Amino acid sequence: MCDQTFVAITFGPCDCCGKASPLMNIYIKSEATNYCSFCVEVMATQGLQAGESAASLKKESDSLKKKLEEERAKLSDIELSQVAEKIEVLAPLSIKTRRVLKGHGNKVLCMDWCKDKRRLVSSSQDGKVIVWDAFTLNKEHGVTLPCTWVLACAYAPSGCAVACGGLDNKCSVFPLSLDKNENLNTKKKSVAMHTNYVSGCTFTSSDMQILTSSGDGTCALWDVESGQLLQSFHGHTADVLSLDLAPSETGNTFVSGGCDRKANVWDMRSGQNIQSFECHESDINCVKYYPSGDAFASASDDATCRFYDLRADREVAVYQKDSIIFGASTVDFSLSGRLLFAGYNDYTINAWDVLKGTRVSALFGHENRVSRVRVSPDGTALCSASWDNTLRIWS
Amino acid sequence: MTINTLARGGWDREQMACFQKMEKVIVAMQDPDMGMKMRNQRLLITVIPHAMTGRDMITWLIQKYCICEEEALHISGMLVRYGYVYPLKEPRSLVLRPDESPYRFQTPYFWTSTRWPASELDYAIYLAKKNIRKQGELMEYEKERYSVLHKRINHTWDFVVMQAREQLRASKQRRKADRIVLECQEQAYWLINRPQPGAHNVLDMGLERPNNLSARVTLVSDIITFLYVSYVPVPFVKYSEQYQNHDPIMQGCLPSNPWISDDTAYTRVLGHLVLLVPAFAAPVDLVERWSFSFMELLNDIMGRREFMIYLEKEFSAENLCFWQACEDIRHGESSRIVEKVEEIYKNFLTPGAARWVNVDSKTMDKTLKGIRHPHRFVMDDAQMHIYFLMKKDSYPRYLKSDLYKNLLAKAIMNCPTCLFVLSACSPS
Repeated sequence: MCDQTFVAITFGPCDCCGKASPLMNIYIKSEATNYCSFCVEVMATQGLQAGESAASLKKESDSLKKKLEEERAKLSDIELSQVAEKIEVLAPLSIKTRRVLKGHGNKVLCMDWCKDKRRLVSSSQDGKVIVWDAFTLNKEHGVTLPCTWVLACAYAPSGCAVACGGLDNKCSVFPLSLDKNENLNTKKKSVAMHTNYVSGCTFTSSDMQILTSSGDGTCALWDVESGQLLQSFHGHTADVLSLDLAPSETGNTFVSGGCDRKANVWDMRSGQNIQSFECHESDINCVKYYPSGDAFASASDDATCRFYDLRADREVAVYQKDSIIFGASTVDFSLSGRLLFAGYNDYTINAWDVLKGTRVSALFGHENRVSRVRVSPDGTALCSASWDNTLRIWS
Repeated sequence: MTINTLARGGWDREQMACFQKMEKVIVAMQDPDMGMKMRNQRLLITVIPHAMTGRDMITWLIQKYCICEEEALHISGMLVRYGYVYPLKEPRSLVLRPDESPYRFQTPYFWTSTRWPASELDYAIYLAKKNIRKQGELMEYEKERYSVLHKRINHTWDFVVMQAREQLRASKQRRKADRIVLECQEQAYWLINRPQPGAHNVLDMGLERPNNLSARVTLVSDIITFLYVSYVPVPFVKYSEQYQNHDPIMQGCLPSNPWISDDTAYTRVLGHLVLLVPAFAAPVDLVERWSFSFMELLNDIMGRREFMIYLEKEFSAENLCFWQACEDIRHGESSRIVEKVEEIYKNFLTPGAARWVNVDSKTMDKTLKGIRHPHRFVMDDAQMHIYFLMKKDSYPRYLKSDLYKNLLAKAIMNCPTCLFVLSACSPS
């Protein structure tokens, strides 16, 4: 049985308003129709106004959920781990620390690789953002922001700029100059403005747009040159802690995770929330797409990481172990997507076998929480940033 | 001790969950049947009952959770750091030694989660007790904090001193062993809740997260039922299998992993792959991956260039140029959108244009209408049409072409070790 059995028109003209947009398949009086998410909301709110109360609808939705679960059980889905039974078991990885980057004076909160596979940018609690050549351990650039807790930093695809943001509620872009003596603060450009801290930022496919997530519960897309807000994404009911851009062909979606325990998938063009997953029992700290773009993983304070299939619209695997007590703060996939590296608040990094759901290796070495793990663009190394003021390169 | 009247409001939910889990482990350890064996430990001249060694804890953890020694050492280290277990020898060093050093379980009264947050009043009483009991027993930093507290809560100082005296008097009436135990427990509690400046503060939880801004009941998605079919997650298995040989962390990479071998020659090649236009042949890995999907080919700069060369031979290069121009609009500066749309219209869409692209009439009409009010996504439909055209037609033919095959052969030859060894080599 192949994945083609999932029949769903996901993009096209809406049966209600006629506009072309991402569609949801719904049943109205037992008839299958395709509505865009906006019309679905309108229809749902109209339903509410027709005399029903929130409580009665909640009851109805709970019973429907139960029915859905029963139906699902009848269809006997095959779990990911079952399909993966035939694949060989992975041997424990022989990964060691190959580099330790020391230089930050306080907790390192975030890092990002450059596309040239050896440079990276990191930001810390004391407001410093440093660009390193990880291979030679050289610090190439350094900027000091006027705020503390720089929670987010990102490298531009061209390698010519970095973006960072945090408690200043802004995201700023710094063009990197070849002149080492130049103060990067002079060319600083304030791009994003939120009403609470900026928790994550990333460039889209070019240097000209950045996507940010914030503690004010929204995500936003900005034009770097003008600082203009291009699109904002509302739907989370609490702080949004992380986001990731989809590596898909049409490159139009991204996923975000937040303190409301939800992971939402958004359409960048329309600003609509296309899909939503609420499976975790606690705040979602990090979300990351699977390399093919058809799935993503999330890390949460409930000490589990979960794997979601976008086309099937459900969670398909949970990565947890009794001996793992502390929350996971960050995840990233290896190049093939077979391994999931997760950094935890108990100072360790665990490598999970994505398909089988088992843990392959545990990496020890950090002396405080691991705040971020990122696999290098060519997949040769893993970089981890930690509250012990250092970054480590593992390979 | 004084009753803690401060509200629990500041305690984050995430910490509570961690502490509860740790407490479960602790309780399991003390289970009379399945728990650890406790014994009496000799401390100088007194015998302390119900103590265990570091080695015992590690063995128990290994058995219970089926983990390796390193991890058991780590977990038990965390239990000590968070104050659920405290050392009897060297009480100031909250580290777990995997040998015969004695440890004891902290009483639930002093669990960090029970008495959160540790109040200043309690700390003042503790320091006062220490001071009264033995003059000069306070450490430097404790002395400083003592005087700071003295200034800050001066109005209650009589109460503080009185409490301290009372508690000392009550403790004198206890057996020596109990007294030592109580002192150790209290000391361990304060080592964690008021750590020495410069020491690792386990209770540092980072930024507070003001959460749950609204109690909106999200009913919309709940009311809808979805078309549901049996689910078989085969695509992930296929994808991972396809890419597994190209995953350097899993399979090693050729000629060597630069982070391990410090091979700068290789990294120079990698390091400038994006920035320069390289004259050398592409590594085998990359060229192979171009055949996995059209997206891989387009996302790689060299792949795109090679594909363009092929298309020029086929006289269909305008498709790729058009696609690139559309990408430029989608991701480029807002201020230049209008001029870029004009350019595209002139070069690709006007009938009789030099590089006219073959878009179906419906899409063409829609695009032309949209151009009158240009915006970032006006070219999306046309771009997607051309993208799928290239994907279905030109891309498969490219993979079968001599151009690609020669490139792949050249890459294999340039590689120090042959392609067949690639799949069999072990990670370095």
